[in-house]
Amino acid sequence: MIFTLAARELRSMFLSPMAWVILAVISGLCAYFFLLYIDLYLQLQPRLAAAPNAPGITDVIVVPLFSTAATVLLLVTPLLTMRLISEERRSQTLSLLMSAPVSMTEIILGKFLGVFAFVLLMLALVAVMPLSLLAGGEIDMGLWASGLLGLVLLLASFCSIGLYVSTLTTQPTVAAVATFGLLLLLWVLNLAGSTGNEGGGVLSYLSLLSHYQPLLKGIFSSADIIYYLLLISSCLVLSVRRLDADRLQH
Amino acid sequence: MTNDILIKVEELTRYYGAQPAVEDLNFEVRRGEVLGFLGPNGAGKSTTMRMITGNLSPSHGRITINGIDILDQPKKAKADIGFLPELPPLYRELTVDEYLQFCARLNRISRDKQTNAIGTAKERCGLSDVGKRLIANLSKGYQQRVGIAQAIIHSPAVVVLDEPTVGLDPIQIREIRHLIRELSNEHSVILSTHILPEVQATCDRVQIINQGRLVLSDSIEGLIQRMQTSSLRLRTKNQINNNILLAIEGVVAVSVIDEDCVQIKHKPETNPAAAIAKITVEQGWELLELTPDRRSLEEIFVDITTAEQTVDEQIEKTGAAA
Repeated sequence: MIFTLAARELRSMFLSPMAWVILAVISGLCAYFFLLYIDLYLQLQPRLAAAPNAPGITDVIVVPLFSTAATVLLLVTPLLTMRLISEERRSQTLSLLMSAPVSMTEIILGKFLGVFAFVLLMLALVAVMPLSLLAGGEIDMGLWASGLLGLVLLLASFCSIGLYVSTLTTQPTVAAVATFGLLLLLWVLNLAGSTGNEGGGVLSYLSLLSHYQPLLKGIFSSADIIYYLLLISSCLVLSVRRLDADRLQH
Repeated sequence: MTNDILIKVEELTRYYGAQPAVEDLNFEVRRGEVLGFLGPNGAGKSTTMRMITGNLSPSHGRITINGIDILDQPKKAKADIGFLPELPPLYRELTVDEYLQFCARLNRISRDKQTNAIGTAKERCGLSDVGKRLIANLSKGYQQRVGIAQAIIHSPAVVVLDEPTVGLDPIQIREIRHLIRELSNEHSVILSTHILPEVQATCDRVQIINQGRLVLSDSIEGLIQRMQTSSLRLRTKNQINNNILLAIEGVVAVSVIDEDCVQIKHKPETNPAAAIAKITVEQGWELLELTPDRRSLEEIFVDITTAEQTVDEQIEKTGAAA
């Protein structure tokens, strides 16, 4: 049942030009950054060759690419998640799901998986770019995999936050703006930590970015993974509760 | 018509804030019955229907669908319901076939039966030719039919239709009414409307709801009886002598409507029509028309829904005076 809902979501996305435009823009932008980093590497190469224990092509090209991709995707995800519930509410198609024998949890999970599947497709486009380097050299597959895992978890959090915000409103644009604001706030929350104020540590810990960076460096810490999983599941639970509240007494 | 009750609603109440939208509603619908839900705008028709279909939870009260409480076992109860809301819930970017397939899956129709179910639903709603077309490109009437097809695809015991003929042309309305009558062979149907002839054309039973309360619940026969009044209308070519008419047994009063037409009030237990016709011929008035006066459904409806209001207003006025 969850997969039926997810498939419908994914299908509807590809039936509008939105999905194709987003995929094109993402791969175009990331390709540009990829070339930029390759160029940078070529400039640095003579110096790197001389230095002992110098960073390899994975550090100079792949890691920055994933880091940039995260920022670009932060801008794009709200556009993907904004319609999830709000659009159904606005066009009153939600009652189709509500009067069908499916639970609220199934609806939310279906929606989440639908948009997440699309996001994975986007990430696949970004992730195969560095693999082209294998033609002319070697890359650190461990670092690549850990960076990609970070990106996947990060994007799943983006999606779940976006989904929750979308359950709060009837207007997709409102959902998009609110999601964007929230994501950006969570993203830069660690800046408060870097100023050294009291309590900055907590804020820094809550930041999406501060759990992504270790993974980019190849540090696989279960705390980071659990942070993301907790964030995702809380947003999903909140979404189910919010959707359920539609039927209840206000 | 069998006697098993498919929908049972007990003490159903729903508040929006402090405002009661539906108050203390009780009714039952048997298998094979078409129940018409009538009421002015904002009377609580849609709210009731949304509660029956699990889109809205009641403030208190119980709803049982086919013996299953919808609050205790929502999934099981919802499997027996097909719902067409006021605005058909269509994904406009899908084709009719894709959409119905999604609905079939959503209602857990097993894979091998899906094609059959979709085919039957399409055939019944006259959609066989438009399966490959995008819903967005269909006319309003066809979209409405897709909405109905969606509601009956899993052959639920109960079909709930909220204003199914709004925005359709007269031919489509007739087709839809025909479809509703056909549905009632196997399903129970609840339909809401504010078009009164529709109730006469399609329903077995009528409920009139006003300001969230049930003000009338009657069979169609009962309703037709209510429409009969004790007066006749007589139209003739030549001048009538009222006194001759008054002399007929059972006639209470004769009032002139225009120069060749009179209204004759009679005692409810008698029908002087035959005598009037006879006298008209004998007197050489040349009969043009002799018909029983009927109150239209509209009049009954207005009577019932406004009578309540005036009582309320009176209470308010006396309350204000005190």
